[in-house]
Order: sequence, then structure tokens, then C-alpha cells
Amino acid sequence: MDVPFWNREIETADRSRLETIQLERLRETVGWALKTPFYQKQLRQAKISSPDNIRSLADLRKIPFTTKDDLRINFPRGLLAVDMKDVVRIHSSSGTTGIPTVIYYSKEDIENWTDMLARCLFSTGAASADVFQNMMTYGMFTGGLGMHYGAEKVGMAVIPIGGGNTKRQIKTMRDFRTTVLHITPSYLLHVHTKLEEAEVKREDLVLKKAFTGAEPHSEDIRKKIERIWNIDAYNSYGLSELNGPGVAFECVYKNDMHLWEDGYIVEIIDPETGEQVRDGDSGEVVLTNLIRRATPMLRYRTRDLAYLHTDPCPCGRTHRRLSRIMGRTDDMLIINGINLFPSQIEEVVMRIPEVATNYIIQVEKRGDLDHLTVKVEIYPKLFLGDPSQLEALKGRITEELRSAIILHPTVELHEPNALPVSEGKAKRVIDLRPKE
Amino acid sequence: MVKEGKKMAKQLTIFVENRPGRLSAVAKSLRENKIDIRAFTIQDRGDYGLVKFIVSNPNQAYLALANLGCACALKEIIAISIPDKVGNFELLTSALAENNINVKDAYGFVLQTNLKGVCCLEIEEAQSAAAQKVIQSAGFTILKDDELYNL
Repeated sequence: MDVPFWNREIETADRSRLETIQLERLRETVGWALKTPFYQKQLRQAKISSPDNIRSLADLRKIPFTTKDDLRINFPRGLLAVDMKDVVRIHSSSGTTGIPTVIYYSKEDIENWTDMLARCLFSTGAASADVFQNMMTYGMFTGGLGMHYGAEKVGMAVIPIGGGNTKRQIKTMRDFRTTVLHITPSYLLHVHTKLEEAEVKREDLVLKKAFTGAEPHSEDIRKKIERIWNIDAYNSYGLSELNGPGVAFECVYKNDMHLWEDGYIVEIIDPETGEQVRDGDSGEVVLTNLIRRATPMLRYRTRDLAYLHTDPCPCGRTHRRLSRIMGRTDDMLIINGINLFPSQIEEVVMRIPEVATNYIIQVEKRGDLDHLTVKVEIYPKLFLGDPSQLEALKGRITEELRSAIILHPTVELHEPNALPVSEGKAKRVIDLRPKE
Repeated sequence: MVKEGKKMAKQLTIFVENRPGRLSAVAKSLRENKIDIRAFTIQDRGDYGLVKFIVSNPNQAYLALANLGCACALKEIIAISIPDKVGNFELLTSALAENNINVKDAYGFVLQTNLKGVCCLEIEEAQSAAAQKVIQSAGFTILKDDELYNL
């Protein structure tokens, strides 16, 4: 098989070379981190007051973990390590408790991230002759713009169409002879069902590849995508805390994702004890970013569960491979590629006086897409007996949820005390999607 | 207009989920409280429905259902006694239409065939007084609360 390399020297560097780079960049990163109020405190705990205190990679483990809560508590500038004049990009994600998280990028940070992405895309065989239709949401998420930059760097013709409007997506694929897609797996399956409606046949399209990401999916889903579309589909992994997409990516062999170890240090830990698991065992993925100055990130707990392959890949790359994400250590739901915490819904529901405090979140597949239903109970004392009042209430809840969580849920009204009351820790999520 | 000391008729509206067993739960509570049902209608709204009742004692029924935790409401309606004769419903509705009065919801039932029927109207509060005047000018009798409950 033809194995293309964006940077053969680094991608095939031996272990000791990679570790030398990691140590050098870790020291640099600790130096940047020491400029932020948050990491000054964290590193003081680990008795690290200068990059010189990092003598070996093992010293990384002295540093306390960083969590999503840390990012929230220190919003908006507690992890900012450079002057604002050196920041060229801000990405942010909506908060689970109303407080969002933010990541700043310097010019060099964007360049580093873009280069990693170019490496990812190139390793699948994508090249400058390709036409790249970016069907991921742009905006404050990293998925859209990140891949956009990476694809441009490779030299592909980028169509920044963004998410949604399926018929237009299909026509665009045809009109511009799109060869490569970036898309969530569920949406890619859904688009296939709309070909006929758009009056476009598969033969009218010259699609070759899809980069699927933003939501965990099984090997079976990949095979289905490849079969019905007759394309190659490559899995990808990334999160904004670690720049965004491009942390790990599949090569032409499609046997899980090379995690770029010159850019990130990966640890797999037992989420209960925080201890490292044995080689090859699954656990929580913990990542340290080695290539971002404006918002350093040391030992970030991703809450994603996965393992690292121990056997080498036939492509010759030395960077270890991360498995598919097997689950989460928290209650985060991923719905059509959008991350959702039940607490975000709770927050909206609780501030509407006409609904009671009990609610249920139900997720199911409708066709290939996820569908979210939020069931709430009406509050009897504020019921006026008017259908227009109830429809207005539904509309208001739908609209408030939509602006809070971006997804468009169906809202169902229920009788008071009709929803199951949960004792102790609420079990308010019913996920009816088939387990993979 | 409604005579002094007499009140407008009340309708009991109950929010019920659209699933088996909900109506019977409401019916059971009414029976346990010895509430007699004069008329009812159901509005289907998809995931839920609104059941509207004319009962012998709406206040008592409301309290009983509210006690169960039901979402229910008492609403004033205009209950009209209409002779059961071809054309009478048109007479009523055209009188309202000529006066630009909108009917939000309505239902009717026959008490004695060829003799007597009842029509219940939900009218926007701001138009209620005008509507009552129009209805009476058209020659119909508006039933007071106890008249309706004790049909």
C-alpha cells in the first residue's frame, strides 16, 4: 500500500527521539504554564517553580491533573499565558453549568495545530488535488475551522459549507466534484438517505473519502458508511482543550488512530485511582499539550475511555495508536456530534416557572440521526386550562433549550408527578440508541 | 346579562397525558367524590390532551383532582340553552359573527331531542360581556351556574 508522509522524519522517529522532543517541549510548556495564575498554583503543589525542575518525562506525573472544572473555575483568563496582543484566535465551548470554557491560540499555536492536521489528512492519502467539503459546524467549535486550516495547508480546495441543509450539501458535492468530506458519522449516513430527494445519484459524485469525527462510533458503523457510500472512512480524535481535531487520526491502514506524540503526551489512567494502567489496558485518556503557548494544558483529564495499541502499525509510523473511544467517565452525551451534559438541560428547565422540577432526557435514533426529547412536567398551580398557554410554553422551552444547547429537541409536556421520581442521584437520561 | 347573585357557569379543564389509563384515573376521582358529569369533550394536542368537563360540582371536583396532583383549572364559560331546532346554531353563531366576536372553543349537547339543547362557548374574557349581550339579544337564554350543573 502507498503510505504518504507529511513529515516522514518525525512520523517515523524512534522512541528515544520522540521522548527527547517530548521532554524538551514539556519543559517549554511548563515555562509557559508558570505564567498563568492557575498553573502557578498547580505547579507549586508539585514543587515545580521552573522548567529546570522537569528532569525527565517521569516528572510529569508529579503535576496534578487538570479538569474541565478547573477550566470553568478559571474562566476566562486564568489559563491565559500570553499577552492578548499575541492571541489570534479564541475558541469556546458552552458550559455545563452556565460557565463556558475558553482556549486562546497564538499565531504559532495555530500554525502548530494546522501542521498536525495536515499530517493527519495527508496520512490518509488526501492531497492537493482533492476537493474538501467541510460539513462540520464552524464557529466557536474547533471542528470546523481547525480542519479547514489543515485541509488548506495540504492544498486541498476547501468548501466551507458548514453543517446542515442536506440537499445543498449533496448538490455542492456534485457541482464542485467533492472528493473528501469532513462530517459526523451519523450525518453521513443520513445524507445518503437524501440522495434521491436531491435528485443526485451516487454515480454523479466522485467522493473518495470521509473524515468522521466528533462522535464515538463503532467499526460496524464505519463499515456501513464505506459500503453504502463506496468510500474510505477515517476515524479522528480531538478536543478543544488539546487544540481541537487532529490529536489522533487513522492512516491508510485504518487500524485506529496515530496519536502525534511529538505534540501531545498521552497517559491512560484508572479514573478511580488516577494511577497509570498497564500497557494496553483501557482507562481514561489524559493528555498534555506540547504545542500551545497561549493556553498551556498539562495532564488534562478528557473523560474519554480508550486504550493504546502496543503493536506497531504496518505504515511504519512510530506514534502509538489510540483505540476508538469506548465511553465516558461522566454523564456527557454526544448527540449528532454535539456534546451535551444533562445539567445544561436542567438549568433551562429549572428557570421556567410553569414546569415542575422533574424532567427526563430521552435520546433515540430516528433514521440515522440522533433525536433528543425533553420531557417536563407542568406545574399545576400555574395551569390556566388554556391550550394556547401550553403551546406557548412548549415553544418557549424548545427555544430556550435550542439556544442553550444548539440542538433542537422535541419538548413533551407531562402531568405533574407522571415522570419517574429518582431517589438520590437522578437518573434522568434514557438513551435508547442501540449499543454498539 | 346574568342576574345578580347568579354566577357564570364554570368548566373544569384537566391536563392529561395521551396514554391509556389517564382518563379512567380522572373518572375514578370524580366517581369517588360523587361528582355527576353533565358533558365532556377532549382536545387532542399530540403528546397530551385537555379534557373539559361540565360537572355537578366543579369546585369540589377541582379540589379533588388538585389533591391528586392533577393540573386542572376552572374557567368561566357561556352556557346557552338552545331549542333543538334546525338553524338555531346558525342563528347563534351569525349573531356573534356580526358583532365580530370570536369563539375560542365550543361544544354542544342535546338534552331532549327536538326540545332542548345546550351550547357551551369559550370566549376571550375581553369579549365575554359583549358576547352575552349579543346572545341574549338573539333570543337565547344563558344558563346560570346552578342551572347548568343541575340539568
